[in-house]
Amino acid sequence: MSITLSEKDNGYMEGFSRFEKTAPGSNLGWLKSIREHAITKFSELGFPTPRDEDWRFTNVAPIARSSFHIPLNGIDQVSAADLTPFQFEGQQISELVFINGHYSAELSTHCTLPEGVIVLNLAEAINSQEDILKENLAKYADFENEAFTALNTAFMEDGGFIYIPKGTVVEEPIHLLYISTAGDKPSITNPRNLIIVEDNCEANIIEQYVSLDENIYLSNVVTEMVVGENSSVGHYLIELESKKAFNISTLRVQQARSSNMRSYSVLLGGSLVRNNIHPVLAGEGCNSLINGLYMSTHRQHMDNYMKIEHVSPHCDSRQLYNGVLDGRSRGVFHGRIIVHKDAQKTDAKQTNRNLLLSDYAQVDTKPQLEIYADDVKCTHGATIGQIDENALFYLRSRGISKEASRDIILNAFTNETLESMTVDSVKKYCTNLVADWFRQREQTLKS
Amino acid sequence: MLEIKNLHVSVEDQEILKGLNLTVNAGEVHSIMGPNGSGKSTLALVLAGRESYKVTKGEIIFEGKDLLELSPEDRAREGIFLAFQYPVEIPGVANTYLLREALNSIRKYRGEEPLKHVEFGRLAKEKMKVMGISDNLLKRAVNEGFSGGEKKRNEIFQMQILQPKLAIMDETDSGLDIDALKIVANGVNALRSPERAFIVITHYQRILDYIVPDFVHVLVDGKIVKSGGKELALELEDKGYGWLEEEKIAANN
Ligand SMILES: Nc1ncnc2c1ncn2[C@@H]1O[C@H](COP(=O)(O)OP(=O)(O)O)[C@@H](O)[C@H]1O
Ligand SMILES: [Mg+2]
Repeated sequence: MSITLSEKDNGYMEGFSRFEKTAPGSNLGWLKSIREHAITKFSELGFPTPRDEDWRFTNVAPIARSSFHIPLNGIDQVSAADLTPFQFEGQQISELVFINGHYSAELSTHCTLPEGVIVLNLAEAINSQEDILKENLAKYADFENEAFTALNTAFMEDGGFIYIPKGTVVEEPIHLLYISTAGDKPSITNPRNLIIVEDNCEANIIEQYVSLDENIYLSNVVTEMVVGENSSVGHYLIELESKKAFNISTLRVQQARSSNMRSYSVLLGGSLVRNNIHPVLAGEGCNSLINGLYMSTHRQHMDNYMKIEHVSPHCDSRQLYNGVLDGRSRGVFHGRIIVHKDAQKTDAKQTNRNLLLSDYAQVDTKPQLEIYADDVKCTHGATIGQIDENALFYLRSRGISKEASRDIILNAFTNETLESMTVDSVKKYCTNLVADWFRQREQTLKS
Repeated sequence: MLEIKNLHVSVEDQEILKGLNLTVNAGEVHSIMGPNGSGKSTLALVLAGRESYKVTKGEIIFEGKDLLELSPEDRAREGIFLAFQYPVEIPGVANTYLLREALNSIRKYRGEEPLKHVEFGRLAKEKMKVMGISDNLLKRAVNEGFSGGEKKRNEIFQMQILQPKLAIMDETDSGLDIDALKIVANGVNALRSPERAFIVITHYQRILDYIVPDFVHVLVDGKIVKSGGKELALELEDKGYGWLEEEKIAANN
């Protein structure tokens, strides 16, 4: 029997009490208490409203008003061929596939990985990797203060579990692919990913959220990623949800001394999207690169909420988010940088650029610097504009057609955020997604 | 090659060119001089096809074709090149990429095969030497972070690669030190041929010591008020533009 969640009639609480009885790991006391703590927090916090400073530009009333059911496992038929459009060129890589939030062993691929590396789905890891989970799960993402994180934490069932032991270089990227399929009623999934990278490691992880149908659902994602000393990790979020879907995603990264983290977000789908990126540069001498590209059209709403926390001295963070907005879509970039009092010699830079392709598109960009140390360098800059007519004319005056000139300028703009991606197959995949987006736009303009 | 008849041009309802006539034949170098705001850049941009400049009267015939009917890109493909007074920065687009795209779309228009990578490389190397362009400058984004002199040299470098029939230079000499000026002049002189014509727009006589014009025209308030040989440039250097402006006012009254 399926569980339905809604704000009406205490539905979230009721749903939870039924959910927790059968949820993976319901027999484990520590996990049960996390879930219960989280649902209590969620009912205290409630869904955020635009009165909440962190949600000023994004109204989640459409989510709060909805009633969602939690899809059961194994009810949908998805074939391997359905996955190919979402896979990267080149050799087969380790890939965990989730259908409506549930792991599919049949569709997933496990490649040979270096010794000691564990790639599992969370529901399984709850049984076999209890010690690591107990030590890390819900230790970083803030379910005490963030409603969606609390909701995810209360209802987490499955997701990706990746463990990379000390001194391991994982050459091939690891792919977590989340697929939504048609349902007659709006559904909710709460993917929960835990990525533990120990000291002196290298790895790249891709989270991708896609849909096979144009249905209504909420993907409420939380990823916790722990990056050990001197490790270098790339994290890619590719969001291609259905045009009617909601996607709320939180990436919480904990960085140890001298670690290096690169986060890329490519947002193209969904009707209401919120992308929270929250790295904590906890050890000395960390580097964070936080890049993103959001491209919206029609009435899409894409909100990027950055919270970069400098805790220790000598850390660098670089944010570059570019937005391309068409139709009546709306973009938000809210870039917080928090420099704690011990984080001397912080070097933080934030850039947000927006290109409006329509007179009706809109963007709100807001830097928020909270600096409690005195010897720091923090810069931020934001631009909002149309395509540069002078640049367009310059290219045309050299013999390049109007269309090609436009493409050159737009590609240069989108590429800025993608070009530093180190996994070539993923970079190519994202570049193609962007090209498709422009192609579709051209077609709509023609018709 | 180029015939401009009674050209009237407005920007935002303000008339800037007020009946300009100019004939340029193949092999000739014409210099256009004039005070700030007289309409020199407007003329250059209208020739290149900038849409915000509205031609309200008159015509421009280039190689027997009605130039005003052509898009900016088709004008370039027909052989018009403008070295901009203020070259535009295009972040994220490599200089070399722009040049190859430009050259190949011009070649395609002429029914020629695109240049292979190596062939283009060879051509670029050769012209880079002439213009003192470094590998680094070639790889960088178009004009981004270039010094004033680098921007101007880069314009003439592009001109060398694209080999236009009619090259228009809009104050390419302004702001250049004498060494850079010589490089630019060299680059231009290397292109001089009986099939090619130049319009050298300048504020100062100095560049005309290096690129010797066949004709000098003085543009004041949207009209050519005086034409002559290269001596006219020296006279202007001596006397300034004031006397011509006064002459023009007197003539109008
Ligand atoms: N895009 C424009 N918008 C409004 N006015 C312009 C524009 N371009 C030029 N003008 C005006 O036209 C006149 C001629 O300008 P310009 O052709 O640039 O002169 P020059 O190159 O001889 O200095 C000036 O008064 C200038 O202010
Ligand atoms: Mg000018």
